[in-house]
Amino acid sequence: MDLKTIPVSAWIGIVSAGLFAFAAIFAPLIAPYEMSEIVGDVWEPMSSEHWLGTDNLGRDLLSRMIFGARTTLAIAALATIVSFTLGAFFGMAAAVIGGWSDQFLSRGVDLLMSIPTLIFALVVLSVMPANILTLILVMGILDSTRVFRLSRAVAVDVNVMDFVEAAKLRGEGRIWIITREILPNALSTLVAELGLRFIFMVLFLSALSFLGLGIQPPEADWGGMVKENKDGIIFGIPAALIPAGAIALLAISVNLVADWILNRTTDLKGGRGGN
Amino acid sequence: MADDKFLDFRNLKIGATLREPGQPPQDITIVHGVSATLDKGKVLGLIGESGAGKSTIGLASLAYGRGGVEITGGEVFLNGRDILKLDRPRLNGFRGQEVCYVSQSAAAGFNPAHRLIDQVIEATLEHGLMSKSEAEERARYLFQALSLPDPDTIGERYPHQVSGGQLQRAMTAMALCPKPDLIVFDEPTTALDVTTQIDVLAAIKHAISVTGVAAIYITHDLAVVAQVADEIMVLRNGEMVEHGPTKQIIEAPQEEYTRALVSVRSIVHPEKQPTDTPLISMENIVAGYGNDITVLNDVSVDLYAGQTLAVVGESGSGKSTLARVLTGLLPPRSGQITFEGRPLTPAQADRPLDDLRDIQMIYQMADTAMNPRQTIGTIIGRPIEFYFGIKGRKLKDRVAEMLEKIELPADMASRYPAELSGGQKQRVCIARALAADPKVIICDEVTSALDPLVADGILKLLLDLQERENVAYMFITHDLATVKAIADSIAVMYLGKLARYGTKEKVLSPPFDDYTDLLLSSVPEMQLGWLEGVMESRKMESAGN
Amino acid sequence: MSLVLKLIAQRVSLGILLLFAVSILIFVGTQILPGDVAESILGQSATPENLANLREELGLNEPALSRYFSWLGGIFVGDLGTALTSGTNISEAIGARLGNTLFLAMVAAFISVPIAILLGLLAVRYKDRWPDKLISATTLASISLPEFFIGYLLILFFGVKLGWFPTVATVFPEMTLGARLNAVMLPALTLTLVVLAHMMRMTRAAILNVMQSAYIETAELKGLSSFKIIWKHALPNAISPVVNVVMLNLAYLIVGVVVVEVIFVYPGMGQYLVDHVSKRDVPVVQACGLVFAAIYIGLNMLADILSILSNPRLRHPK
Repeated sequence: MDLKTIPVSAWIGIVSAGLFAFAAIFAPLIAPYEMSEIVGDVWEPMSSEHWLGTDNLGRDLLSRMIFGARTTLAIAALATIVSFTLGAFFGMAAAVIGGWSDQFLSRGVDLLMSIPTLIFALVVLSVMPANILTLILVMGILDSTRVFRLSRAVAVDVNVMDFVEAAKLRGEGRIWIITREILPNALSTLVAELGLRFIFMVLFLSALSFLGLGIQPPEADWGGMVKENKDGIIFGIPAALIPAGAIALLAISVNLVADWILNRTTDLKGGRGGN
Repeated sequence: MADDKFLDFRNLKIGATLREPGQPPQDITIVHGVSATLDKGKVLGLIGESGAGKSTIGLASLAYGRGGVEITGGEVFLNGRDILKLDRPRLNGFRGQEVCYVSQSAAAGFNPAHRLIDQVIEATLEHGLMSKSEAEERARYLFQALSLPDPDTIGERYPHQVSGGQLQRAMTAMALCPKPDLIVFDEPTTALDVTTQIDVLAAIKHAISVTGVAAIYITHDLAVVAQVADEIMVLRNGEMVEHGPTKQIIEAPQEEYTRALVSVRSIVHPEKQPTDTPLISMENIVAGYGNDITVLNDVSVDLYAGQTLAVVGESGSGKSTLARVLTGLLPPRSGQITFEGRPLTPAQADRPLDDLRDIQMIYQMADTAMNPRQTIGTIIGRPIEFYFGIKGRKLKDRVAEMLEKIELPADMASRYPAELSGGQKQRVCIARALAADPKVIICDEVTSALDPLVADGILKLLLDLQERENVAYMFITHDLATVKAIADSIAVMYLGKLARYGTKEKVLSPPFDDYTDLLLSSVPEMQLGWLEGVMESRKMESAGN
Repeated sequence: MSLVLKLIAQRVSLGILLLFAVSILIFVGTQILPGDVAESILGQSATPENLANLREELGLNEPALSRYFSWLGGIFVGDLGTALTSGTNISEAIGARLGNTLFLAMVAAFISVPIAILLGLLAVRYKDRWPDKLISATTLASISLPEFFIGYLLILFFGVKLGWFPTVATVFPEMTLGARLNAVMLPALTLTLVVLAHMMRMTRAAILNVMQSAYIETAELKGLSSFKIIWKHALPNAISPVVNVVMLNLAYLIVGVVVVEVIFVYPGMGQYLVDHVSKRDVPVVQACGLVFAAIYIGLNMLADILSILSNPRLRHPK
């Protein structure tokens, strides 16, 4: 791949998302203060000492943002992995195997998707113990329905192509057909979707935390920080907007990258492929 | 108007902007300065292969560029003025009044939300040429002239309620209704079934002659255009090759390219006689989809080693289903297939690897038959590796050998399918089938998506390979001309049954059954006046009527 | 017509079937998942004795099947049970709040639907030129913005800095329509911004799809004016996909309402649901979940029925 062909928008996205990831990974090394350390007054404005000011308890906002990136990104990434593994595996399997197993899986997914994801999550979280594992599983499983639909649709599209039939007629096994014939043609769509799902997970997790049902304090995460600082808004203190803005910025960055990947995906008939 | 040359293209240049995803836009030239004139009431045939720019030139006579196409230079004079210089309101006044258009797919060209009659008379009313009742009267007259069934009431129907052949005629009526000076026919019969095509062609020709309208008739089939055009212009890659009266182009072409087009399908293939034991024998095959749809009804055919069995029929005749039964993708409900004297397992999944290897397949669309993410080397090499376990250096040599057989350079192996032309792609598919060293290759409409000259090359290659490798072909096609060129025996299929079956000579000699007669009479021949003769002697009507 | 009726009947029965399945799913989700409801309600303060009492009170000792049917039977007569935490009647509580939620969603729909369609048309009209590019760039940005970012930004500017609208959307039954509209303006705007981009993008795609059809070219080559092409040829075919887009987004609006209600402390269904999820008040959560799902399924069903009705192939069968 030629680096020069990457458009500016995608570069911005890559660099910005990279910075977020860097902050998340090296949080303890970069953060100027401890996560829960009270270092000043409540809602101090931005200063050279506290670049982003302090929060509702007088903790350094920048440090909490950096540690929050760690929590938010890690949980969103884990939930994305759960969602993708389940969805892509079952989606492709349903498309290739077909018949009753396809019917069973597809109708099940229809059922799960007939309830809005957030509502369903709220219903389940009302009885499940509040911990991070529950959160990851609930988010991952509910979201895997979308990945299922997409990967099934893509695989069905590829599966009816004559070259797949040619491979079947040759006597190739299912593993070859999935990994060598279908997957290479579905890959770029799925990679772009991976980005979009990750963003959705960040937004989903933040919404849950904002509603008080996600990450529990004193752990820092962006959605929770919005909740902690929201009361300042009516006094004109914008502290809550900083984590909210960080979520938006991360989402835009990843979207820019996903958009670029989707755009360079040419269709099956004229595609030049991954060379 | 100064003289009778009411249409005059002068050095027409047309370009387009290509926007491939992920790449910067690229300007290309489609037509490089073409000039032509047309008298009132005459028909000009534009002929050429795909990419010749014929449709683009046709649309230029409506001052229209489709998609990103733009007219970049030259003039188009119609009725004494340059229509390329008209402003928007005048352009609207001229389109649909002086020039009308008939597209390849009337099914897409009609708006699904309105009745036929309202769309047929729309342009006439828009330009204030007649009152509504007069226009409807004329529409009914035109429906009749185009031999549409129930001409008085067919206009009340919606587009999806009539057949493809009828829609194509209705679109012709739509074009004729405002009494234009010129109609552009853009491949109006290409998308139709073979037998329907000739009926629609005859209807169009009749309508042109009774209304006296001038026309530009665009097609890739020289034999078709020879039936309707007064003069023919041969185009290639956006340039004019030859332009002259139809008689001269057909009977005494000047340019080599035109001569090639005229002599296309002149392959002579001496017919081989059946031997004692067939290689494959399909007996009393009944097959279908689901529980109640029967597509094949009691079909028996034999295929001999090193020979070609052509299975001919229109869409819905069951010819492709017969191929699927042989491949084992669709096990028959009853009947039996014998391969080299022993029964062949019905279902593909249960067949031994050697049987799979012995029966290979080539598809109609080479584009979708090759994995776009694999190199040509992988595509051809995989059967060799899979069936014979050959790897590494030896595999490379075998791939190069196969490429040589299909007359492609050895360095093709590292390319991807998207980099090849249509004919090259189909050759690669042939190589892939051949690489398995099979006894039978099923060819499913392998030339129907290709331009005539390219198709000719593929047929020659197939015959050549048959000579050398002694492979048998089951050749599925709707095109009798192809059949005549390559078959040893022929099975004519109609509505799931065998209409006629035997050696080529036997099947193509009279007396004919009605359907074979219809099918044979539907192959346009490269001679003037053929259409009139054939329409009179037909015994049965096509399904599209 | 009979074919259309048959298809609609099929779609409606599918919707009802789906609703039944959803009711089972919600019930199973809240009753059979690991972690006993009684245990989670009592949490730390659970002793074996009060656990047993609570189980008895909740009817948890009966078999799941009979509990499901008594719950379902209640729903049919409009009885959604009583809230564990407050002992109040859930049906009454939902009745008042559902009205508020629908009012908010309706105001948001009235603002967003015309704007979205207008901008969608604009993007089609200037396809690949700067208005289209600008619109699609803002789309990308706005689908990335979380509801609370938009919400608090609006509060900060229009509520705190400019003081045009109240920062907390308080409504009560005696309010006049004007006062009520003023109160919900900021939440409605937030919702609008949340769905606008999506709705616009889908409208653009739907109209573009129609405008690229061959019959539009036919109309153009007949010499029809742009207005007539759009009015007579594009519109009849574009209505159905656009209505579909609107319906799907309304469904999305109803869901997006949950977070927005919490931001603005608006007394609607969303707030009610979230409060009771934290309190682990299962009957309320079940009831709210079912109501939300019913609205969502209903709107999706309506979208499908409208597109069946507007399809000429189905209205005029062969």
